[in-house]
Amino acid sequence: MSKEHEHGMSLIVKTVTRLTVGLIFLYGIYIILHGHLTPGGGFAGGVIIALSFINLDLAFGGKVSAGIFSKESTGVVEALGALMFLALALIGLQYGGFFDNFLHPDGEPGGLVSAGIIPLENIAISLKVGAGLFGIFLTLIVLQKFESESKQ
Amino acid sequence: MISESIVPLFVAVPLAGAFLTALLKRVRGIPDILGVMSSFSGFVLSVFFLVRMQAERTVLVLNVGNWGGFQEVMGRIVGIQMVVDGFTIFMLLIVNFVAFLVAVYSVSYMTRYTDKWQFHTLFLLMLAGMNGVLVTGDMFNLFVFVEVASIASYALVGFGTGKRELEASFKYAVMGGVASLLILLGIIFLYSATGTLNMGDMKTVLSEWSVQPALIYLVFGLFLAGFGLKAAIVPFHAWLPDAHPSAPAPISAMLSGVLIKALGVYAIARVFITVFGFPRQVSIILLVLAAISMGVGALVALRQWDMKRLLAYSSISQVGYIMLGFGIGTPLGIMGALFHLFNHSMFKSLLFLDSGAVEYATGTRNMKEMGGLARKMPVTSGSTLAGAMSLAGIPPFAGFWSKLVIIVAAVQAHHMKLAAWAVLMSIVTIAYVLKVTRFAFLGELREKFRDIREVPALMRIPLIILALMCIFGGLLLVPQVRDVLLSPAVRVLAENGGM
Repeated sequence: MSKEHEHGMSLIVKTVTRLTVGLIFLYGIYIILHGHLTPGGGFAGGVIIALSFINLDLAFGGKVSAGIFSKESTGVVEALGALMFLALALIGLQYGGFFDNFLHPDGEPGGLVSAGIIPLENIAISLKVGAGLFGIFLTLIVLQKFESESKQ
Repeated sequence: MISESIVPLFVAVPLAGAFLTALLKRVRGIPDILGVMSSFSGFVLSVFFLVRMQAERTVLVLNVGNWGGFQEVMGRIVGIQMVVDGFTIFMLLIVNFVAFLVAVYSVSYMTRYTDKWQFHTLFLLMLAGMNGVLVTGDMFNLFVFVEVASIASYALVGFGTGKRELEASFKYAVMGGVASLLILLGIIFLYSATGTLNMGDMKTVLSEWSVQPALIYLVFGLFLAGFGLKAAIVPFHAWLPDAHPSAPAPISAMLSGVLIKALGVYAIARVFITVFGFPRQVSIILLVLAAISMGVGALVALRQWDMKRLLAYSSISQVGYIMLGFGIGTPLGIMGALFHLFNHSMFKSLLFLDSGAVEYATGTRNMKEMGGLARKMPVTSGSTLAGAMSLAGIPPFAGFWSKLVIIVAAVQAHHMKLAAWAVLMSIVTIAYVLKVTRFAFLGELREKFRDIREVPALMRIPLIILALMCIFGGLLLVPQVRDVLLSPAVRVLAENGGM
């Protein structure tokens, strides 16, 4: 980000962002929860959720998302997502094997509550991917600030 | 049944360790404990499987996600399989043993760097990737784990974040990326030709063809270049002399000791020997590349003054020896290759850890500035001597026996020129090994090094254990030990394509 965008972009961009950012976030959640029914899933949904945060930062300047989500917490959420994924795979050992879909008797094909542990794994992946991507974005911002400061 | 279902723990335990480390990074001592414990449990698991394999003598096959029942319905294997046979266990033992010792060593060594938890996280991810490569029975899964281990190693090479480290890491990442691309392309072509990704199925389909389609030869080339890059065989070696010296010493030990073997040598052996049945063209190419690697690596190593760079070139040369054994293709040649692979893991990780110990104490890797360290650092210099003698192939040390087996195998297979070349290059090896001991440890002690001290105990213990492995490694050839470790691994490879 250059110096003039320290406090964000123009009023138009800010207003549009304010209106759409919630929708983008919700759309990400929709993609994750319907991952086993429609195209998409944990990875795509996680990216969309991360993009909604990145959108906030781009429109309003680098400090808005820091109030919601610090770089420290992205690391924690990322690790939690990975551990959740692994834990689901390991619980399967109790029921007959690694990655065994131990919830599969529930639900019916096409329904939202179906496919056993796959939606849960989608949620875990989305945490990992979303937090990871946003963490990378925050790191890049810090790097760029550092570079522009050292130039001055 | 029970032991089959815990095969995934080879991957799951290091992964859990990695993410728990990331989560609990603030708690003092936790990253160290998790790093050591995860790699130790990997070692315990491999010993457990070794014992079980002794008792039952079967190949363990696990269907991940319980997709095994669909095999009858669909008429082919559905889902990913994990396979543990003699070769896998042999490699798992080496990888997890070295990883455990390196983890112990890094507890003290990595205090030189900030953010130690990141090191342990990446280290465990790399270990998970390597274990995954070894246990998987699925072609695409192999690629995924190769990537997990590679990407973790790119980050680890650049861990010092200095100019040189980042440059080496970038070079490694680009060349590794090209290698991964070639491997993926090969897998895609192979899948389109055979219609399956399972290695066992693939082998059946390939052996049923009376005429090999031309596409298969393209796949040979892609895999040779791709896995050759990972194994750093000449002419695919350019990344290694930069990456190994730039990484922190424990990582150099891991890269040279086990990573190039798990991702490169193991994958070449597994794909070309068990899946393709070791076609004659490939074995000839392997022999030529092995001979070139042995020569180039050894001769360039002679000219180096940076201790780690010298060892890095020596790795290229020694991987040439391993490839020579595989290229010969007789059961004796394969045994020599596997035995030398084991020995190289031990002495090369030992020598890299030693170079790290010297750097820890003196702050330099340039051998021109060292001298007389033997008096101040008895454990480091003694273990370096053991590793160096094993590398040079001085009798009773382990390296002598494995080189002897390879050379005898070459003579038996009527590759007289190659046998002579291997002997000649092992003389060159003695020369550069003597350079290390002479300039670093013997001679006059410099004034500025008068106050240096031996490294801490946690760094000394792995050095001593590895030095003992270098001295007594020859015992692997004793029939009782050979039947447990080497023979089952050789049998897996020789049954499938041995000439």
